Amino acid sequence: MFKSLVVRASQGTQFIRDPRRADPAGFRGRPVIADTACETGCTSCVAACPVNAIELDPVRIDLGRCTLCGDCAPACPTGKLSYDNDFRLAATRREALVVSAARPTIDPVEVSAELHRRFGRSLKLRSVSAGGCNGCELEVNALSNVNFDIGRYGIDFVASPRHADGLVLTGPVTRNMAEALQLTWDAMPEPKLVIAVGACAISGGPFADSQALDRTFLDRFAPSLYVPGCPPHPLTFVSGILDLLGIAS
Amino acid sequence: MQPHASALTTPTRELAPLTLAALVDACADALAAGSRIVTLYGRRAASGVVVTAVVQSAASGLRLLRATAGDGAHYPSLTARFPAAQMFERELWEQTGLVPDGHPWLKPVRFEGARQQRMAEYPFFTVRGQDVHEVGVGPVHAGVIEPGHFRFMCHGERVQHLEIQLGYQHRGVESLLLARPPHAATSLVESIAGDTSIAYAWGWCAAVEALAGVTLAPGVERVRGVALELERIAMHLVALTGLATDIAFLQGGTTYGRLRTAIINATMRVCGSRFGRGWLRPGGVRHAIDDERRRDLLDTLAAFSKDLAEVDALMLASRSVRSRFTGTGIVTPQAARDLGLVGLAARASGVATDARTDLPGRLHSEHPVELLTEDAGDCQARLQLRMREIGASVQWLRRVLESPAAELADDRLVAPGALRPDMLCVTVREGFRGPVVQALETGADGRLVHCKLQDPSMQNWFGLALAVRDNEISDFPICNKSFDLSYCGNDL
Repeated sequence: MFKSLVVRASQGTQFIRDPRRADPAGFRGRPVIADTACETGCTSCVAACPVNAIELDPVRIDLGRCTLCGDCAPACPTGKLSYDNDFRLAATRREALVVSAARPTIDPVEVSAELHRRFGRSLKLRSVSAGGCNGCELEVNALSNVNFDIGRYGIDFVASPRHADGLVLTGPVTRNMAEALQLTWDAMPEPKLVIAVGACAISGGPFADSQALDRTFLDRFAPSLYVPGCPPHPLTFVSGILDLLGIAS
Repeated sequence: MQPHASALTTPTRELAPLTLAALVDACADALAAGSRIVTLYGRRAASGVVVTAVVQSAASGLRLLRATAGDGAHYPSLTARFPAAQMFERELWEQTGLVPDGHPWLKPVRFEGARQQRMAEYPFFTVRGQDVHEVGVGPVHAGVIEPGHFRFMCHGERVQHLEIQLGYQHRGVESLLLARPPHAATSLVESIAGDTSIAYAWGWCAAVEALAGVTLAPGVERVRGVALELERIAMHLVALTGLATDIAFLQGGTTYGRLRTAIINATMRVCGSRFGRGWLRPGGVRHAIDDERRRDLLDTLAAFSKDLAEVDALMLASRSVRSRFTGTGIVTPQAARDLGLVGLAARASGVATDARTDLPGRLHSEHPVELLTEDAGDCQARLQLRMREIGASVQWLRRVLESPAAELADDRLVAPGALRPDMLCVTVREGFRGPVVQALETGADGRLVHCKLQDPSMQNWFGLALAVRDNEISDFPICNKSFDLSYCGNDL
């Protein structure tokens, strides 16, 4: 009993009071593209990017592909690329994930009145990993730990698809998981939504060129929320889902 | 005696090819003499199949054997004599079509290539008789976890056998890695098993550097060693969180969870990512540890170890914890050796093996790691060993970080040049589960012709199946968590 109290005292208060206003020190988050001219004909950043997330004229970075690895920044001879620790990167539209000097931030998540009405006080999620490397899975798990504690907003992960309102998809969707993913979705009652977590789920990420994927599920069921990163910071998920459902923090 | 290197680089023309039968015999002799088979794999070539075996002995470290065989050749199975070879021979059969005659368990490892999406055809072992029943679980599980199928064959409440079918996570990593320049592939390598990013990235970078003929400054290796121990601590904490939660020891679950946050956030303050992504690159490290970061890590570790010691003591003193874990999921030392278990699972069954002590290389000769084992081979042993390994990692980190002579601020990153032609490099790095093995081979033009990846999980999954025998299905979650194996590491 005494030992238990000692552990409790050391634990202190760990939860992040307002996840939207957190300041994750050191996090390599949003790419910042300076409004300076590139050297003529330079393609260094494109060559350095392992996931083809960068397009030129003007420089644009697609966070749906980007793994936030940071390989592009030191490759740029003019120092045009850097990162800040902005974690509010989630979006409701796939196109909104592209940043450039002219569009430096991700469009704010569009609050859905319909989703707010249905799920604003209770959202039950079922996780399916379809080729996820356990990076996204661990960060999704972290959402329920004492730091991020999404249970306080009525958001929980449930064991059965029968109990779920939303499917949290991680991984590039392997061919060998395609059927199990569809069966899990079919087992969920309407109304229901898909949340794509991580560069792999959003675009195939580092595995986009693989012959072992079957991503047709995403053609049939467009995600309501895209949560970029590799893996996404839990704060990116929390702030995105709170915005989508119009939940105050 | 010189310490054994953690990598072996050889010109491929110096490897006199044996016949397949001779290679198998040489492996059998090595196993009989107490050596380990680190890996045994093949690749298709224009003239049939090229097979490579890597043998590790206490006396001489790593040794390479090579054989060539015709397409579809048969050979006498090594597994029939040494079960430790069972996964290697299954994978060799699935990837190259070579048939091990007499293999008792010749089944697909991951349903790759032409077998994709034929998961329903897995040839399950069946148990027949009165009161016998089967329970199938997965691929999608109750928690937030990777997919795999578990089939329990039970007699009453007792599990006779558990058959584990994997492959759902197969992403074709080995062939993807051949499609891009090896210098720019680290980001993909970090996602092979995303909880082991550092061990994979280090082994990959070391192989690329060796193939290019580049030697790095000791400070760079030291930073990589720091990164690895931080990852080992964080990921052992994941297993401890899971074990505590699975037996409803909730104070343990919440405390280990937030202690992990402290470690991975400190990792992020050094390199920008909670998982160490983007930290290691061929030719160096992208983020050195300057004095400020050094101080930050030391402060984090000091606060961490105090709180960790408290919760470890609380958990170990609890009789309900002990009664749940003690005697559950036993793998005997003999079984662990026979099956060729590796890493933590082997050490918890008394097998003294750790790549950091067996193949210490320069870094771990200069800064040695203590080799820890437990004897009981049950869930309690794997729990205690994780706690002790975290403690040992913290000590190692403090020693290195506190030593003013240990240079850590070297952030030079010089991309290695072109890879030398016709070379083979094998690297072994001890991740939190065990040895991550990577073998990279270049062809006549210096481009990679083959890339073999091996997660410790591949050998250890069968250990879990054995551990569950004679237990109840309700013991499975804690057995599974106590092993904490990787699905995508197996499925690649």
